[in-house]
Amino acid sequence: MSQDFRIKEKGYINRNKIINFKFNGKNYTGYEGDTLASALLANGIHLVGRSFKYHRPRGFFAAGVDEPNAKLQVQLNGHSEPNVNATEIELVEGISATSQNCWPSVEFDVGAINNLLQKFFPAGFYYKTFMWPKSFWYKIYEPFIRKAAGLGIASTKKDTERYEHKFEYCDLLVTGSGPAGLASAYAAAKSGAKVILAEDKHRFGGSLLMDDVSIDNLSGKDWADKIISELREMPNVIVKNRSQVFGYYDHNMLVMFERTGDHLEKKSEFTPRQRLWYIRCKEVILSTGSIERPIVFGNNDTPGVMLSSGAKEYMKVYGVLVGRKPIIFTNNDSAYETAIEFKNNGVDPLILDTRKEQSSDLINDAKNKGIKIKFNHAVIKADGYKKVKSAIIGELSEDKTTYKNTSSVECDCICVSGFWTPSVHLASQSGNKLKFDKEIDAFVPDKSKQEEITVGAANGNFTLHDTLNAGFNAGSKVSKKLNNKDVDIQIPNVTEKKHKTHDKFWCAPLPKNIKAKRFVDFQNDVSVTDIEIALREGYRSIEHVKRYTTLGMATDQGRTSNLNGLQLVSNIENKIVPEVGHTTFRPPFTPVTIGTIVGREVGKHFMPTRLTPMHNWHIKNNAVFVDAGAWKRPRYYKIGNETMLEAATREAKNVRDKVGICDVTTLGKIDVKGPDAAEFLNRVYTNAWMKLPVGKARYGVMLREDGMVMDDGTTTRISEHHYHMTTTTAQAANVLSHLEYYLQIVWPELNVNVVSTTEQWAGAALAGPKSRDVLAKLFPNINVSNESLPFMGYIEGDLFGVPARIFRISFSGELAYEINVQSDYGLYMWEKMMEIGKEFGIQPYGTEALSTLRIEMGHVAGPELDGRTIPYDVSLDGMVSKKKDFIGKRSLSKIAFNEANRQKIVGLVPVDRKTSIPEGSHLVVDKNAKLPNPKLGHVSSSCWSVENNNPFSLAIIKDGKNMIGKKLFAVSPLKNKSIEVEVISSHYVDHEGKRVRS
Amino acid sequence: MLYIKCPFCGMRSQNEFAYGGDASVKRPELNKDVSDKEWDDFVYNRKSLRGKHIELWHHVSGCRQWFKAQRDTATHEIFKTAMMNEEI
Ligand SMILES: [Zn+2]
Repeated sequence: MSQDFRIKEKGYINRNKIINFKFNGKNYTGYEGDTLASALLANGIHLVGRSFKYHRPRGFFAAGVDEPNAKLQVQLNGHSEPNVNATEIELVEGISATSQNCWPSVEFDVGAINNLLQKFFPAGFYYKTFMWPKSFWYKIYEPFIRKAAGLGIASTKKDTERYEHKFEYCDLLVTGSGPAGLASAYAAAKSGAKVILAEDKHRFGGSLLMDDVSIDNLSGKDWADKIISELREMPNVIVKNRSQVFGYYDHNMLVMFERTGDHLEKKSEFTPRQRLWYIRCKEVILSTGSIERPIVFGNNDTPGVMLSSGAKEYMKVYGVLVGRKPIIFTNNDSAYETAIEFKNNGVDPLILDTRKEQSSDLINDAKNKGIKIKFNHAVIKADGYKKVKSAIIGELSEDKTTYKNTSSVECDCICVSGFWTPSVHLASQSGNKLKFDKEIDAFVPDKSKQEEITVGAANGNFTLHDTLNAGFNAGSKVSKKLNNKDVDIQIPNVTEKKHKTHDKFWCAPLPKNIKAKRFVDFQNDVSVTDIEIALREGYRSIEHVKRYTTLGMATDQGRTSNLNGLQLVSNIENKIVPEVGHTTFRPPFTPVTIGTIVGREVGKHFMPTRLTPMHNWHIKNNAVFVDAGAWKRPRYYKIGNETMLEAATREAKNVRDKVGICDVTTLGKIDVKGPDAAEFLNRVYTNAWMKLPVGKARYGVMLREDGMVMDDGTTTRISEHHYHMTTTTAQAANVLSHLEYYLQIVWPELNVNVVSTTEQWAGAALAGPKSRDVLAKLFPNINVSNESLPFMGYIEGDLFGVPARIFRISFSGELAYEINVQSDYGLYMWEKMMEIGKEFGIQPYGTEALSTLRIEMGHVAGPELDGRTIPYDVSLDGMVSKKKDFIGKRSLSKIAFNEANRQKIVGLVPVDRKTSIPEGSHLVVDKNAKLPNPKLGHVSSSCWSVENNNPFSLAIIKDGKNMIGKKLFAVSPLKNKSIEVEVISSHYVDHEGKRVRS
Repeated sequence: MLYIKCPFCGMRSQNEFAYGGDASVKRPELNKDVSDKEWDDFVYNRKSLRGKHIELWHHVSGCRQWFKAQRDTATHEIFKTAMMNEEI
């Protein structure tokens, strides 16, 4: 078959460029400018998929975003993407699409048996059928539902396409380039406002591309083209096609999805496939148009049944006939245009109009063209399985609930029109409460919530004259508001045909003797019966009915089903539609690829990476890295086939025996400056700071106001009014915010400033009994003796030409120093230290060894200071001043914090002195006790003690003070381990702290 | 995403800021005897108002200043922002 349904010389496609594509394995051709849908229809293909629940054959129902059925799996450039809307994707060479939700093929689908079993799949079938017995869920029901509900297959391959994000600011964003959008963008742009005009489709013009109108003696399309080219000339306007504004968020932030590369046969390496725009605008004009509403009838889901507007669009824009024997089933005038278009292309349609015989411009036109019209008629049921073959039609009774007579009419498509539904999604997302417009039987935006105006068909304005007027007025109003400028624009002359009122007829009654399903929601297979059942079972709120039946919950967001569902509920409940209310519209308006949402934040760009100046040295020396926030830190330096434990043990032992060097650049550093700095520190830390002399460091603990330890670290008095504070790597940012909070809000009278200097200094810890020897050679001009540079001393020196800060502080519990130089000299410092330390047996050590050293010393860190411990819990009692007040002090007098059996840090060793205790293990008295086994506490940190050559852990347990010497079980259900442990002191090595002072 | 006027930097997107809670909370003075109730009200008890709320924001990815904002907690409308030493 080769495009047998293509009309000669019609449409805006490029017939000079033939495009080859595949559908379900067969080769077809289409033209440049086609969508996948129009190209398939040109080849006479209607059957594109199977329905979600019953696997019924489904065909194209629309020509745009309103399409509920044609969701295909699309392969292009080696990628496979599920749920692609065939009516929205442009045809490109080599594209290959397959139907979803069918097995083994769309023509013969085993799952269609569900259709015969339909009485087992009524509304709420998930809730009822699959609830019992519970044991069936994982093995039977869930796999069954998953297989049956296979809406496409997500790719497991890495997405190699490029996606981008863009931030844009403008005065006015106009969403939709139909007549209303063009007019308002034009009017505002003329005044000089910065305007963005966004059009979802490839072609601008919206309804102007389809409707038989003229503006200033130009066809709708020519006028649209003229305005667009004028707008494109203006430097203050951005005109975007293939761009869907899908979300309206707070404070006029809208998000738009641009298909930048999908339509390109070849694109450069740096052309993104899709782009996400965050647009912050002063004003928004919503000109999103309207969507045709279907009329529900029997088997209305048969392929060949489609919206009348869709059929017209396929003819006018793509030059494609959707059938050669069409029935036009309508309750209003607009479908007459479709009938006339058919007639103009040599096809004889039959119009069934539910209204009484009447006349209007369009009706008379149709009559004059010899089109057959049956008033007072409806389609009761479509016949044909994979394609419509005929329809049972009926003459309606006076009250339209029964038929006077019925007959069968041959046809190959049924074009249905139930009037128009304004697209109010974005207005609703903005917070605009919708109101029901009785004139058009649909919801329209009410009072603006944000700076937004809705114009044109989206506002229920269905004549071109009114729409253009509203558009120009809205544009002028906005520009007046923005620039206080009046724009003088001649509103063009419009020729259009007047329409008669529509009929309130949206669901064809089904006589008792005719059996057929009548679908309200195609994508989720929700029928009239399902809604009736939900109401019968007592569901009243429309939100509940929606969830119980899944009406409007598919990816098409019920664009063609919501109003008919509401109408049905209101008919059954004898209420008017606005009393039933409507469900909530939420972004995104159309599905957005995950790739677009993620943008460039993939792989190593997922989050920023912070590297120390010594990073490349670590790489060269076989460091295995660990993430510490955004930082990369060496975890250990691997030699040969060492395991992590072996390496960490070697490194830690080398510190205990000789000397080690550790990159501590990542520690948070904050400069605290000002005459009141000491007073400020005194309030921030739990211990006393008023008497710290210049050239001395002090360990400090800071609390939150609730008494929990927030962070710890050393702070050094560099000069009279200058302190250098260090924080843990993890808490650096929080501590700075915390300090700023107190300085700016609580104690603004203190003359102190704080600033982060983390990035400014590179740091290296030099630890071990030989560290002083290394230091002496590093700084030959400084007296580094214990007397001259004692524990907690500070001195400045010259490191081979580089100014350095030397702190005698220790985290490892050994004699140790930390040396800081300007970041740029970090690697220089490190290499000098390695070079000079060589003769003393220096080795680098990573975070594993660092942890081992601090754990066996009983020094607390992040796992103990987890926001749930007060100083008393972690043996920091000595750090808490009794004399002065400080942040969080009042909380420490809470009764619970002072109970005799309060939790406390302890040490643990396994009774067998061999088995390592997993971190996170729970401590219990009896490992075999009945569940829930009372928990005494948990293991916070574990290591292999290099000093004692056996496992050692820190734990926080209830009544820890009195538990020393007792035996407990450390139970880890995760690792399926339970280990008998002995409770000992948390200071496993060097109880008296002699080494740091040696 | 909210659009917030930092009193020092001007209009910026919400992702540059951190929220700081109720601005009317006053920390009890240092070295003052504080009852349990008074202290708990300061540390824990918040009203979680619906409607106009004066709250703290911190321009973390900007000038690093804390400031006050009057916001409607239901609609997110921000009526006013002010420096800490200004009345709102
Ligand atoms: Zn700022």
